[in-house]
Amino acid sequence: MDFFHVLVVLLESTIRVSVPLVFAALAGLFTERAGVFDISLEGKMLGAAFAAGAAAAVSQSVWVGLAAAILVSVLLSLVHGYASITQRGNQIVSGVAINFIVAGATVILGEAWFRQGGRTPALVEGARFQIVNFPGADAIRDVPIVGPVYADLLSGHFLLTYFAFAMVPISWWILFRTRFGLRLRAVGENPGAVDTAGISVIWLRYRAVICCGILCGFAGAYLSLAMTAGFVKGMTAGKGYIALAALIFAKWRPVNVMFACLLFGFLDALAIRLQGTPLPLIGQVPVQLMQALPYILTVVLLAGFIGKAIPPKAGGVPYVKER
Amino acid sequence: MSVPYARLPGWVEYGLIPLVNLAVAFLVAGLVVLLVGENPLEAAYHLINGAFGRGEYIGFTLYYATTFIFTGLAVAVAFHAGLFNIGGEGQAYVGGIGVALACLWLDQVMPWYVVFPLAIVGSAFFGALWAFLPGWLQARRGSHIVITTIMFNFIASSLMVYLLTRVLKPLGSMAPQTRTFAEGGQLPKLDWLLSIFGLNVGTAPFNISFLLALAAAFAVWVLIWRTRLGYEMRTMGHSPSAARYAGIRESRIIVITMMISGGLAGMMALNPIMGEQFRMQLDFVQGAGFVGIAVALMGRSHPGGIIPAAILFGVLYQGGAEIAFEMPSISRDMIVIIQGLVILFAGALENMFRPAITRAFATRGQRAAAVVQTKGA
Repeated sequence: MDFFHVLVVLLESTIRVSVPLVFAALAGLFTERAGVFDISLEGKMLGAAFAAGAAAAVSQSVWVGLAAAILVSVLLSLVHGYASITQRGNQIVSGVAINFIVAGATVILGEAWFRQGGRTPALVEGARFQIVNFPGADAIRDVPIVGPVYADLLSGHFLLTYFAFAMVPISWWILFRTRFGLRLRAVGENPGAVDTAGISVIWLRYRAVICCGILCGFAGAYLSLAMTAGFVKGMTAGKGYIALAALIFAKWRPVNVMFACLLFGFLDALAIRLQGTPLPLIGQVPVQLMQALPYILTVVLLAGFIGKAIPPKAGGVPYVKER
Repeated sequence: MSVPYARLPGWVEYGLIPLVNLAVAFLVAGLVVLLVGENPLEAAYHLINGAFGRGEYIGFTLYYATTFIFTGLAVAVAFHAGLFNIGGEGQAYVGGIGVALACLWLDQVMPWYVVFPLAIVGSAFFGALWAFLPGWLQARRGSHIVITTIMFNFIASSLMVYLLTRVLKPLGSMAPQTRTFAEGGQLPKLDWLLSIFGLNVGTAPFNISFLLALAAAFAVWVLIWRTRLGYEMRTMGHSPSAARYAGIRESRIIVITMMISGGLAGMMALNPIMGEQFRMQLDFVQGAGFVGIAVALMGRSHPGGIIPAAILFGVLYQGGAEIAFEMPSISRDMIVIIQGLVILFAGALENMFRPAITRAFATRGQRAAAVVQTKGA
């Protein structure tokens, strides 16, 4: 029973920390499938989290916060798009630049506007997301097995949490069952062919980049409006890179993305849980090893030791029309 | 494939275009200062004054520049072979182990000029080791170097937290750092170099590793433009298929290039560890690995451009500290924004102003040609 209780708590926190990863990794899925590498997921998420915190603090409305998050994230995406699609610049360089600009700007603007050491003011009730409780969750909590699973695992999360997991099949459907998705994937594999078919490569890639911006906006809003009540500087703390790792780990497939994010989230939750407690047989595992595990796993996967991760063929290459 | 841009005179290509890009980056940074409600001109004054106003300030500027020369060279060497080494941060961090081990082992019994060469070898070795794996994985297993080096940055960070909290920390101490080195682990300052110009270096940690950085820059120039290996690296950077047909062993070049790059990044650790703090602390790299990207982009991957670019970033870091001190509403994070803008405009958007500049030169050229013709007639 005690073990079961621990497991439920662990899985619950797994879901909680996985949500921003799911949003961000799906965001990366859209651009990378369209042939635009994006290591600025981190920056977009951070910018969105700040915009959400700041706008919600000023307007006292969670929806204004969410809208601001999406707006800022899409704008940053457009900068990345302009540099890497229109100007045919180096996509990695552009992504690095965005991460820097956002990391600095959120602190400077936050300090200038709110003067709380780079934080936004703590958000009151109407300005943040509330937990959604399913009907009857409290009533059956004490029923063994079913009770905790229903009350703590399924119920009791934020609206954005359910939306994040709903986005997994939706993204799959968009990418693999619509004409837009087919073309988007084609543009990441062979933009020349798409161009020959008379479809604008540039406009398609811009739309993919905008999709990425919207999803990163949700990721950021989740961080500052749901997980915590307000923005704290540097609050993404490498989650964008973990999401990128998850995307590669999932071999650029939506459902795999979800499981990769849950796995990395679980490792994270486990690392916190295991801090200082020795394991049977292995002894005490250093927390640092647990924290590095997602990155190590990704490297091992990339090296082809556990299956092969093959990125979209035209990824990272700007499209130049032959004359 | 058609050549997208016409050839421009050298001074435009290597002087004017980077300057225009830099100017735009600073203009946008000025807008951020305005947005915060401060005067950008005042900020610019504090920046320049804070970087050059006194001998001590210049000492700090050059101290930061030393670090950035190493990381800038590291990124540049990889660039020449068409590799984007984004892992300078992790390589520099792990390179610190080499410095710390040399110092902890010999600092109490040997003078600095014995410890220093060992520390150089150690830092370069550990930095190269940390770059070897991503290089090998790219060469042999086809993993993308950008992604693996990013992952290795995070792995390095976890590894170093582990080492500094459990292994290298002296017994009974709480702080995650090594013990303070004795005299043998401390580099002499370069106060005499500044006193030639009548400047007093004061408390600035401007030290002998600056000369090592200059020597490394020269060595990189020799390597890239005067050796067979450098030729092969540049060939591969220009056209991997041409290199393959020419019989250049691609995987060998990738691994060697990455190890040289990582070694240079690792040597960065000498400057803060032996030159300033005299101990290895948590997070001593402080983003210098990423600054190297901006420095290499600004300097067009040429040592002759990297040194001034590194000094420019030294100015930003030292002058930025002064701005933060004089204008409380602008913190040091302003540097991070400027850095990002420089990377954006000098790197990703490097061709944004090229068409306009090319056109300006083309029309001038035509007019000059027309003048010559009318005179001839």
